[in-house]
Amino acid sequence: MFDKIEIRLSGSGGQGIILAAIILADAAIEQGINAIQTQSYGPEARGGASKAEVIINKNEINFPKVVTPNILLCLTQSSYDKYVASLDKNGILIVDECVNINMDADYKIYKLPILETAQSKLGTSMVANIISVGALYAIIGQDVISKDVMISSITHRVPPVTVNKNLDAFEEGIKLIKG
Amino acid sequence: MSNNTYKLIQGNEACVEGALAAGMRFYAGYPITPSTEIAEISAQKLPVVDGKFIQMEDEIASIAAIIGGSLAGLKSMTATSGPGFSLMQENIGYAAIAEIPCVIVNVQRGGPSTGMPTSPAQGDVMQAKWGTHGDHPAVALTPNSVQETYEYTIKAFNIAEKYRTPVILLMDETVGHMREKLQFNDSSEIEIIDRKKPTCSPEEYMAYKPDEDMIPKMASFGEGYRYHVTGLTHGEDGFPTNNNEISGKLIQRITDKIEKNIDDMSYYDEYKMEDAEIAIVAYGGVSRSAKSAVDEIRKKGIKIGLFRPITIWPFLEKQIKSVSEKVDKIYVAEMNLGQYSLEVERVACKSCTVNKINKVNGELITPQEIIDAVTGGRE
Repeated sequence: MFDKIEIRLSGSGGQGIILAAIILADAAIEQGINAIQTQSYGPEARGGASKAEVIINKNEINFPKVVTPNILLCLTQSSYDKYVASLDKNGILIVDECVNINMDADYKIYKLPILETAQSKLGTSMVANIISVGALYAIIGQDVISKDVMISSITHRVPPVTVNKNLDAFEEGIKLIKG
Repeated sequence: MSNNTYKLIQGNEACVEGALAAGMRFYAGYPITPSTEIAEISAQKLPVVDGKFIQMEDEIASIAAIIGGSLAGLKSMTATSGPGFSLMQENIGYAAIAEIPCVIVNVQRGGPSTGMPTSPAQGDVMQAKWGTHGDHPAVALTPNSVQETYEYTIKAFNIAEKYRTPVILLMDETVGHMREKLQFNDSSEIEIIDRKKPTCSPEEYMAYKPDEDMIPKMASFGEGYRYHVTGLTHGEDGFPTNNNEISGKLIQRITDKIEKNIDDMSYYDEYKMEDAEIAIVAYGGVSRSAKSAVDEIRKKGIKIGLFRPITIWPFLEKQIKSVSEKVDKIYVAEMNLGQYSLEVERVACKSCTVNKINKVNGELITPQEIIDAVTGGRE
């Protein structure tokens, strides 16, 4: 079992990276584990680099930022280039298929068609963040956060008219890992 | 989730929740990163409790409006960041001399000027004390978590109401924007303080005649008590005067009502200080890094602790003095080039050495940076 998981999610402003982090932290709290969520972003509303972080810890969380993530998600080339060096060498990298990466690494790599799945299966790139949440959930495991709690967190946090589409996106994200 | 008494929320959101719990019913502001959520959420929630929200044309108008709102009897708040806080300074002095309770939230970002809008800093510590001109009382509280933001927003209102003075909630981007669990207090368990109201007839009312406790009773405009409010020095009837004796007594009284009641508003936290030989002094977001650093440094067998002021102003002179008499060394860690450390030095320099750990690049000081500063080459 885990004591502490540090997750960094990165991409471009407008991709919903921060909402994805909020959903994970929300679910962890609901599961009775400590969690903290932070972000950094530029002054732009769209475009520009976006980074969100979640720390899930059985113990008290003091320093709120992630230093060495155990799990790193990169949806864009520039976010991969910027953050890959910070990843724990025993960690897990999740990148979108569009990102060119160095495959020669100690950490585990999941290169997934996140953006493509959003477009082809759900008809909108808007849900790439929730597909990512599905993939992250499948990797973190249901012994940490149960699926019911994840679904409840997504349902409460996404705009009401988009709940069904986002829950479909969540399932697609799980499928990307589990097949 | 609505059945639970806890929630994952942002520091800025917790500030609004605390303000509403304290009885805020008027908010006037001009949105600015990283405080914008405070305006947004106040705009959503105030109408639901029959409160009023107004977006003003700038920060000068915003604080002017909350002074008016408070005079009309509503607990009032505004929120801003560095550039807006600079614009508010003149009227903070007005609220101080006219003794108008109000809460001014400053979620600090990198400065000076427009600086780094989305990055944390703690460069407004001295401004919170001396930003407005003239001798005046200053009260500023600095929470370090979402939970504390909720609780100390309530306390900020209570101090403002009890002492009829502006109170500054000095947050930073780290605490304002991070999300963590907030445990809502049962409303029956929250202490709420309201301003004293006159019981005499309107004819007998002297708006600035203090009671034994140095605080005058405050009538709301519109209740039949007619009185004059001014930023000029004034007599007990509220009208301007140049009388030297009256003016001197007024400035002394508005200062004394805070300084002589400092124990009533001295909030701080100590961590592993019992046997400490070294103390880190840190507040707001940085104090979280300091706490992690204390745990790590202790693993090396060094007796270190954390003194964390929550009340930044008035300065916790008594407590810092006592820390300095106990330890050999103090490290003051803050996201500025050394502001609070000046006050610590003033009080502690006779008993121990005071070192500074500073950072102004828009990033939170990390635990490792504190560990490196304290342990030097002792790795």
